[in-house]
Amino acid sequence: MNLTLKIWRQKNANDKGKMVDYQVGDISGDMSFLEMLDVLNDQLINKGEEPVAFDHDCREGICGMCSLYINGEAHGPDRGVTTCQLHMRMFKDGDTIFIEPFRAKAFPVIKDLVVDRSAFDRIQHAGGFISVNTSGNTIDANAIPVNKHDADDAFSAATCIGCGACVASCKNSSAMLYVGAKVSQFALLPQGKIEATDRVLNMVKQMDDEGFGNCTNTGACEVECPKGISLENIARMNREYLSAALKG
Amino acid sequence: MALDSKTPQGPIAEKWTNYKNNIDLVNPANKRNIDVIVVGTGLAGGSAAATLAELGYNVKAFCFQDSPRRAHSIAAQGGINAAKNYQGDGDSTYRLFYDTVKGGDYRSREANVYRLAEVSANIIDQCVAQGVPFAREYGGLLDNRSFGGVLVSRTFYAAGQTGQQLLLGAYSAMNRQIGRGKIKMYNRHEMLDVVVVDGKARGIIARNLVTGEIERHSAHAVVLGTGGYGNVFFLSTNAMGSNVTAAWKAHKRGSYFANPCYTQIHPTCIPVSGDHQSKLTLMSESLRNDGRIWVPKNMEDVTAIREGRLKPIEIAEENRDYYLERRYPAFGNLVPRDVASRAAKERCDAGYGVNATGEAVYLDFASAIQRYGKEQAIVKHLDVNDKALIKKLGQEVVKNKYGNLFQMYEKIVDQDPYNTPMMIYPAVHYTMGGLWVDYNLMTTVPGLYAIGEANFSDHGANRLGASALMQGLADGYFVLPYTIGDYLSNDIRTGAISTESPEFDQAEKEVKERINFFISNKGSHSVDYFHKKLGKIMWNKVGMSRNVQGLTEAISEIKALREEFWKEVRVPGTNEEFNEELAKAGRVADYLELGELFAKDALAREESCGGHFREDAVELEGEQKGEAKRDDENFAYVAAWEYKGEPSAAVLHKEQLEFKDIELKQRSYK
Amino acid sequence: MSGILNSSIGRKFAMALSALFLMVFLLQHFTINLLSVISEDTFNTVSHFMGTFWLVQFVLQPVLIFGVIFHFIMGFVLEVRNRNARQISYAKNNGSANSTWMSRNMIWSGLAILAFMGLHFYDFWFPEINTKFIEGDMSGLLPNGEFRYFEELQHKFVDVWRVVLYCVAFVFLALHLLHGFSSAFQSTGANNKYTKGLQGFGKAYAIIIPLGFVFIAVFHYLNQ
Repeated sequence: MNLTLKIWRQKNANDKGKMVDYQVGDISGDMSFLEMLDVLNDQLINKGEEPVAFDHDCREGICGMCSLYINGEAHGPDRGVTTCQLHMRMFKDGDTIFIEPFRAKAFPVIKDLVVDRSAFDRIQHAGGFISVNTSGNTIDANAIPVNKHDADDAFSAATCIGCGACVASCKNSSAMLYVGAKVSQFALLPQGKIEATDRVLNMVKQMDDEGFGNCTNTGACEVECPKGISLENIARMNREYLSAALKG
Repeated sequence: MALDSKTPQGPIAEKWTNYKNNIDLVNPANKRNIDVIVVGTGLAGGSAAATLAELGYNVKAFCFQDSPRRAHSIAAQGGINAAKNYQGDGDSTYRLFYDTVKGGDYRSREANVYRLAEVSANIIDQCVAQGVPFAREYGGLLDNRSFGGVLVSRTFYAAGQTGQQLLLGAYSAMNRQIGRGKIKMYNRHEMLDVVVVDGKARGIIARNLVTGEIERHSAHAVVLGTGGYGNVFFLSTNAMGSNVTAAWKAHKRGSYFANPCYTQIHPTCIPVSGDHQSKLTLMSESLRNDGRIWVPKNMEDVTAIREGRLKPIEIAEENRDYYLERRYPAFGNLVPRDVASRAAKERCDAGYGVNATGEAVYLDFASAIQRYGKEQAIVKHLDVNDKALIKKLGQEVVKNKYGNLFQMYEKIVDQDPYNTPMMIYPAVHYTMGGLWVDYNLMTTVPGLYAIGEANFSDHGANRLGASALMQGLADGYFVLPYTIGDYLSNDIRTGAISTESPEFDQAEKEVKERINFFISNKGSHSVDYFHKKLGKIMWNKVGMSRNVQGLTEAISEIKALREEFWKEVRVPGTNEEFNEELAKAGRVADYLELGELFAKDALAREESCGGHFREDAVELEGEQKGEAKRDDENFAYVAAWEYKGEPSAAVLHKEQLEFKDIELKQRSYK
Repeated sequence: MSGILNSSIGRKFAMALSALFLMVFLLQHFTINLLSVISEDTFNTVSHFMGTFWLVQFVLQPVLIFGVIFHFIMGFVLEVRNRNARQISYAKNNGSANSTWMSRNMIWSGLAILAFMGLHFYDFWFPEINTKFIEGDMSGLLPNGEFRYFEELQHKFVDVWRVVLYCVAFVFLALHLLHGFSSAFQSTGANNKYTKGLQGFGKAYAIIIPLGFVFIAVFHYLNQ
């Protein structure tokens, strides 16, 4: 199939940037979206132009490195997949496809479609851990039984890949689903409960300091999340935060 | 230099304990004055960085991704082995040790493997304490599953995302130390050289991938947890960015490279669909528990299928060749990975491949669906003769077991595997070879360590399922933090290492010259053009089955390709910006050297063992006719290569492997 | 507590609490208005009670006014902060693929309701305050000795344009409530096995109450 691509090009963080049109031909439905961009880049390199920069690594939907806002949706029109697992059979011959970076003040553009998501890391530094030493001198793994439902819910929350689709999809660029998932994972496990109060206060403070917006409960994040992280995690974080704030 | 594995004396079960009791320690006040660089933040690098920082060292950690959480350990699906014996099914440290050595076809170092088995149980305790949400039973205790080729249930798992959960555990431990200022994290940085001062590793040269700046970083020791080099094949299940550069630079600075030819080719991956393909996707090994592998018996059926005139479900049972069941009646579809991969290649080479490229076989769940369906019908007291009902019930069972994998397959291939057989083909998955390390995990350059997949030590010639995660975390959490202390105890009076030395000047100059060459070379082909060509040579001649002629050809072809690369490569853009093509160029340049050494190693090893299969080393008669033939008399050694300027000039050093606690046997699956 | 209001979650919580309070008020307002359709006398009696009882006038009314102003100002503050969190907007954004129009446009439905409240205050609240506290007439009676409340109410719905404006405003109120009701619960952290039921109730509330107001307005217009 032949496609028209409208791609955001921006030389570096200081450049103003603009949308540029490209044509690609001979695209097969079996290609992934990123393989289609590989084809474009190969064309550009052979013409002596600069290829389009985009983030990607594992190309099997788990590392969370790939991003892209495709035709107005994070990771494109398919559900439950990242951009690297989005296949071209979702598009038709002659389509025009808009490709933009994930947009948020907290995710500044580095180049073209590559954004800086280190704000996510800094939120984790503020409290996304359980303070145990890694020396191995801990209690036996089965010493504290964990309710299976809690363990399963903690796992579901922990499957977040930190790609930032939630922020990109949210009209307010809110990071609540991302932070809520980590807070929930630990809040649901007995090992994590001990420092739950400090954790949620510190992580939310860092989230706010990074310049993410507020949650308006539109639910867009849950729909666009490639891992289907539930809104329940946001509600759980709200509870955790409010009770922690009241405790002081 | 003679290779000294520095394996402690004494009975195997006491070596590690005795070792720990006798090493030198660094007191906490002195640790504050010692810097350690950790390159790579996967399971090995991440856990090492966190533990070293917690012990009090100043750690600088580097990763090329935008966050340490993205390292490719995250993609591991199945699980992690540990000799916990929670199931009470007879597991023990010895049994895990035995299985690992045997699974590795007796080409690993006994003492290292025993230590690995010994610390494995502790990994699970540690991870649970960190909040890793392993699968649990209704009673609240941890669940186990069983994995390829062993007789016990010792694999801990978190659905099909065990690697992700363990990596996020290590990442969280790192985050704690980053928050405390004990780890300084350098994201989007790529290590481009090791700096050796007075014979000791004292730092690295790194490139900031965002600004292009070349940076000098000094330390008292350098740890590489930079993973494997499967991407030398271009197509593999590795991440796009996975590369050999760090390990290769270490090799060029004096670290020996061990057993480069040991590659694991995983039998159940989604086949290549065309030339555009950038990467291969693994389907978990667990599918072989219920799927039957076959190709058509008759060539006319193969042709009809390729031309779209025939559907696989229309081929009658008697016209199907269930070749694994035919060749290996005892193990059937559950033979080890290397055996299953070679058998698929054998059928496809004979022309029986079932897709357009001729490189695919069927993995069929129809009989499993029937079997489960009947079971369910009996349990639910329903009509066993109602075919539609049986199929529906069976599909539900299969969906519960493998739903996410089936969905992934359908997204990629656009076929419904519940109603038509899956197509699979082997793909490069893991590299057992790597930097040679001694018992301390130190390479032949003092102060330069290699952990996880980057080293060679624990898996021999073939790795068992669910053992990679175990090794990465064992090295990082529990082994390296001890062994590195023994080395660093001599450095407490050294003081900070200066980056203003002739060695740093020289290393930086070389790195910059190479970058400038790439930017200014006006060649005619992109980096990928060469990478794909290299991949083709590797896959065709140094892949699943190897022979003298192919390997000899590969060596000269790779050399020629390398020369062409240095003339004709074209890198757009500049150095002073985010430039992925430039980063790729450096990585492919190193693959073009490694590839040749890889082939050279495969040529020198005139036996078949594990992932390395030589067509001239097979059993000639008897029941095992045609199967791999190991040669313990002549090849029970580690091949450690010393760099001498060109891959062809590399010098072979042998570390003889001794098996005092395990009897060497032939692996038989007939 | 002031610390809480400086956090994103705290602000949303405050927004939700004021919203829940306003929804209770709305229900109360609706109930009394409905009386005007059922019984003129009861409506007058209750209106007089509400208009003259000190607890309502000097405690609940200021709290209500504070609640309205707080909800409005906080909504505006949040909107400004949210807009600031994305400085370059998308060239193409397909919001309808993942969220409802109501949830994305609370500021607009809210502003429409605010504008309506200007009209509503001009119609009822300012005259009421004027009569009671500036002219000092606390009797609640017309010169003919009857209660003035029902009379005044009916008088307002003579103009068709005013009825139409009221109806349009109630549509915006419904849109605002359709998202706002369940959103308020989510913001306070209530998301559990009752959520599905609560969402259903919320939808019913968001449609029935505004529809009821429309009915009352149209009823009085037709029964002049």
